[in-house]
Amino acid sequence: MEELRVVILVFISTVLINNFILVKFLGICPFLGVSKQVETAFSMGMATTFVMTLTAAATWLINTYILEYFNLPFLRYVSFIIVIASLVQFVEMFIKKSSPVLYKALGIYLPLITTNCAILGLALLIPLNGYNFITSVVFGLGAGIGFTLAIVLMAGLRETLEFGDVPESLKGVPITLILAGIMAMAFMGFSGLISI
Amino acid sequence: MFKKILYDFKNGLWRENPIIVLVIGMCPTLAVTNTVQNGLAMGIATSFVLLSSEIVISLFKKFIPNNVRIPSFILIIATFVTFTDFFLKAFFPDIASSLSLFIPLIVVNCLILGRQEAFASKNPTRRAIADALGMGIGFTWVLVLLSAVRELLGMGSIFGLTILGSWYQPMVIMILPAGAFISLGVLVGFMNVLKRRGN
Repeated sequence: MEELRVVILVFISTVLINNFILVKFLGICPFLGVSKQVETAFSMGMATTFVMTLTAAATWLINTYILEYFNLPFLRYVSFIIVIASLVQFVEMFIKKSSPVLYKALGIYLPLITTNCAILGLALLIPLNGYNFITSVVFGLGAGIGFTLAIVLMAGLRETLEFGDVPESLKGVPITLILAGIMAMAFMGFSGLISI
Repeated sequence: MFKKILYDFKNGLWRENPIIVLVIGMCPTLAVTNTVQNGLAMGIATSFVLLSSEIVISLFKKFIPNNVRIPSFILIIATFVTFTDFFLKAFFPDIASSLSLFIPLIVVNCLILGRQEAFASKNPTRRAIADALGMGIGFTWVLVLLSAVRELLGMGSIFGLTILGSWYQPMVIMILPAGAFISLGVLVGFMNVLKRRGN
């Protein structure tokens, strides 16, 4: 029962309170680059969530059974980035074979997930927080859903903003950053929602 | 010859500044600029990794097969990042603990991989060095400026020294995530105004 409680709390806390984009500043590049339309933003979020969940599982296993077992902490960054790159490659091949429609919709964003710092950040946070296997997978899933939530909300705002009267110098990146700041303020309201 | 190198060096300072013009490398820019010390340390660490990997890649560009160049670049970058991380942990443990996650995340900083792909893999080593120095300094000065603004408004100090006296009520929001987004947005907007005036 205690285990289940921790897992649920970790999930809620990664989605809302410690949102990867708005609180931890991980994955800002796709957040600014792929948030022009709700539809593409949602596909990007889903692909990232999928890769994040798999990454959490794969890196936990590698970290526990290879790196810590043989005492090789200096290989951590190199091995994690290789795992992530090959995972993204694998997911790309899988989606291409099983659902060509989805593959077309994601296009260039799929290979770019490799250099999304949210993924490597997630892989590095797991040993730092000392989660077990189940909690790690839930942490990865929660981080992905939090990412999707923030990017879809931002895309919705930006679609509406298309009709707004934005000063010439603030068009594009600056107004998106200021909007993100206001969203981050709104998300601060979630802090103190739960305590572990 | 010399003119060309000077041109490459100046490129990163203003005309193609990584943060305010190219808008890459945003994650560390937002995350570590809460104090000037962190911003400066992050800028130097990133510049070091950028410089060393540009040198190595421009030297080895003929030996790296085209199909596997991206994984090779990432491996070279990851090696230097591991080196930087261990160096900071050994000699500057305070800075290492306050930057924590963002030192390893230099591996996936788009600025570094982007410069390897766009510049170091196509140009001779001396031009790559000039480019890395320009981009590194360009990245660092924006980080320092942004962190100075945030630290001054958020805590009334710069480099930990109190500048604004006790009469100043610190705007705590500036050192929180929300303040990072808003101050960077205003800074990029302000630079756009300057650029439009210049044209």
